[in-house]
Formats: sequence, structure tokens, C-alpha cells
Amino acid sequence: MLIDLLIVIVKIAIMLAFVLGLVPVLVWAERKGAAFIQDRMGPAKADIFGLRLAGLFHPLADALKLLFKEDFVPEDAHPLFYRLAPVFAMAPVLLTFAVVPFGDTIEIFGRKVPLQVADLNVGILYVFAFSSLTVYGIILAGWASGNKFSLLGGLRSSAQMISYEISLGLSIIGVAMVFGSLKLSDIARAQGELLFGVIPKWGVVVQPLGFILFLVSVFAESARIPFDLPEGESEIVAGFHTEYGSFKFAMFFLAEYVHVVVASGLIATLYFGGWQIPYLYADGFHLFGKVLHLPFALVVIMQVLAFVVKVLFFCWFFIWVRWTIPRFRYDQVMRLGWKVLLPLALANIFITGSVLLLFGGAKPL
Amino acid sequence: MERILFFIFGFVAVFGSIMVVSRRHPISSVMYLLLTLFSVAALFVLRKSHFIAAIQIIVYAGAVVVLIVFVIMLLNVAESKIPVERPTLAQGVGVVAAGLLMLEGALVGSRYGAQIEKAVDVGTVEAVGKALFTSYLLPFEITSLLLLAAIVGSIVLARKKF
Repeated sequence: MLIDLLIVIVKIAIMLAFVLGLVPVLVWAERKGAAFIQDRMGPAKADIFGLRLAGLFHPLADALKLLFKEDFVPEDAHPLFYRLAPVFAMAPVLLTFAVVPFGDTIEIFGRKVPLQVADLNVGILYVFAFSSLTVYGIILAGWASGNKFSLLGGLRSSAQMISYEISLGLSIIGVAMVFGSLKLSDIARAQGELLFGVIPKWGVVVQPLGFILFLVSVFAESARIPFDLPEGESEIVAGFHTEYGSFKFAMFFLAEYVHVVVASGLIATLYFGGWQIPYLYADGFHLFGKVLHLPFALVVIMQVLAFVVKVLFFCWFFIWVRWTIPRFRYDQVMRLGWKVLLPLALANIFITGSVLLLFGGAKPL
Repeated sequence: MERILFFIFGFVAVFGSIMVVSRRHPISSVMYLLLTLFSVAALFVLRKSHFIAAIQIIVYAGAVVVLIVFVIMLLNVAESKIPVERPTLAQGVGVVAAGLLMLEGALVGSRYGAQIEKAVDVGTVEAVGKALFTSYLLPFEITSLLLLAAIVGSIVLARKKF
């Protein structure tokens, strides 16, 4: 009992350390990436004893600066909800990562330990449940600030999030249909199979349209460029966080990057095999009938690393897109969500269902 | 353990719903409503109805309450303009009656509730799916038709120039 509890706590600690520890690295990668794309140097000045490490100390300096700034509350703000909003923005995103598996089930002290914080029966629905709650942080911030630009940002964000949640949900239904489960651990495990004996059965291979729909919806949900209408600075100053400063602003900032990490984890798990490496199984590599035997511990470590690499790649992808594509107009965002993504997502479900019924051996009732 | 959690979430749910009806500011009410919905979802989880719990959060907390907040924010009534309500005699009688009803429910429950003590798998994804697409297929399809009619109706109403 006690040791089970301990294992869960250790897993939660590892997960939190991974997600939160990745944030400063991402901030650095974002600034350096932007500089690279725009042919600049990027941050390079902050140093400790003359050591600069290509600007890696800048996130640290930023965090310290935000911590020591004056913590003010504007006169027109609602005192309680103004303070609560950053927490509401941060907590649901962090909770979502609990169901993302980062490795296969391993055995420690004679116990089966799944490398996942919570292996829920309703995995995907849990993800929806908490991603649908992230909107409260933004709405509440927009409303409680007592500023018309903040309110506009909050309203924009709630409309945008509700619209894209629908296509987000519908695009994952295809994955659940193909792999026959809502459990993220089952989905990751099923992606180790091979199609025709050669192609790994990754989500992106069996659900190409679903993947594109999911990718676009997840970008819209994370409210980053090209979908950062809630804070479009050329129109509404800084949107919902106009009135926020010091560490309360840092919480929103943190929430945005955590959202990127979580979204990358979900993309990797649902469409890119999660912790799976193609042709690598519990006892080693299997390729063209030959087997290269590897110790199990090494396989587990390689799989966890593979998951981390996939997450990092998609984090970079988010940064890449942000500095490449300009922001949409508000009506374009709405039209894309309702008139393009929604019908395509429904068509995807229909096609997936038909194919499964015709070739997949799914039995009609 | 399960019993302790039940009492914690049950208390939070009741406390939250009392706060929903007693707060003066609509946004405070909505936030307490959110708390109540959340603890009711937790109660569903304790009864092993994970699917129902997830749907509760997605549909109510994630969509319906967001729309309520949307409307409240668009109306944006200043705090000074919200009327102060004084408790009336009728409300007092109502509270007493509600208390008696709750007491009665608890008494009846303690007498006959023993057989439903065990958590059954009626609210998992598999159980709900199987029930919906076999025994309750006709009601399910009729509901979807009703929903379709409601969607079409709302679009017609929204397009009409009054």
C-alpha cells in the first residue's frame, strides 16, 4: 500500500519536473529559434561569471525579474478572481499530462508499474475534460481585470476554444476507432504493430486526415500564433493578460508553454507511437525476420528517450510555426473551425468507420 | 478511504450548491456552480462511473457553464446595480421544508439503501456504449433526432430578421 503510493508520488514528481523543467528550455528555444528564423543573434548577453552558454541564462534572469516585480492589483479588478485566474489557467493543463504514458509497463520490486501517472479507462475523455477547463483561466482573467481590452480577449478566447474543441474531439474519435480503446496506454501499445509487416502502425499512418485536423485544432486550443486572437496585440493591446504583471503574468506565460508541452505529448502519443520505436520490442530489434537481442532495461530507457525526443520535436514544431505564419483574422479563424475542420472531422469518422467495417473485420451488431 | 472521499466530495457539492444560490454576484455563483459540478463528477468516479464523470465535466463544466459565463460577461452588470435581496417568510419556510425532505431522504436511505451499496459497472465507457447501442438504441436515435431538430431550429431562429 505504502510503496504503491510512493511509486505514484515519484511518477508525479518526475512528470512535473519534466513538464515544468522543459518550460525555461522552451522559452530559450523560442527566442533563439525566432532569432534564427529572422536572421538575428537572439539573447546572448546574460552571464554568470562570464559564462554565457548561448543565452541559456536568460530564462533564469527573466524568472527572477518576474518574481521580484511589484505584485499589483488594478483598481477596477475583482480582487479574488483577478488572483485566481492565473491558477485556473495553469492547473488544468498540468493535470492533463497525468494520462500521457511515457513508457511501457515495467517491473520494480515484483510489482507491475505502468510508466504513466494514471492509466484511466476514459483516457481521451479525461484529456478533453481538462482541456475544456483551461478556458476558465482566460475568461476569468479577461473579466476580472476590469479592462475592456481584457474582456474582449476573454470573449474571443472562449468563442475560439469552444469552436475548436469540437473538431479536436471529433478528430480523435478516428484514433479511438482504429485502436479500439480510449486508454492512452492501449493506444500507445497498439501502435507497435506493423502494417503489411513493414510500416509501423502509427496513428499518422492510419489516420492522416485525422492527424492534420488534430494538429490544427490543438494549435487553436493553445492560442498561439497563428491562432493567438485572445491576445492579438495589434488590436487589443495584450488581450486577457493586459492588466497582469509580475508573477501572475509569469503564471500565464508558464501555462502557455506547459500547454505546448502537453499538446506535443498528446500528438506524440496519439499519432506518432508514443514511446514506441519502430521494430523495437521488449526483447530487441526485429527486422526482416532477424532479431537483435537487447537487455530489457536498455529497451525501456530507449523507449522513454524516444518519447522525450518526439515531444521535443513537436515543441520545436510549435515554435517553428509561430515564427513562420502570421496571425489569422478573427472571422477567418471562425470560418476555418466551423466550415472546414468540423465537416472534415465528421467525414473522417465516416470514412474510418466504413473502412473498418469493410476491411478491418469489425463485426456489425 | 472511499467513504471518507465520499463525505468530502459530498460536503463540497452541498456547500457549493448552497453558495450558488446565496451569492450576490453572478460570477461568484458560477464559480461555485463549477465547484459543485466538479465534486459531483468526483462522486461519479467513486461509483466507478468514469464515463459519466468525464461527460459531466466536458458537457457541463466545459461547455454549458462557459456559455453562462459568456452571457454574464456580455451583460456585465455593475456590482452596485445588483439588487440586494432580503429573505422573505416564504423562503424561510422553503429552507425548513427542504431540510425536512433531506432528513426524510436520509432516513429512507438508511433503511432501504443497503442493497445499492456496491458500486456496479453501469457508467464505464463499455457499459454505456453497449447499453446505448443495444437495449436503448431506439431512445438513443430519437434523442439524436430531437437534438438535430433543436440545432436546425436554433439556426432558423438566429437567421430570422425580427
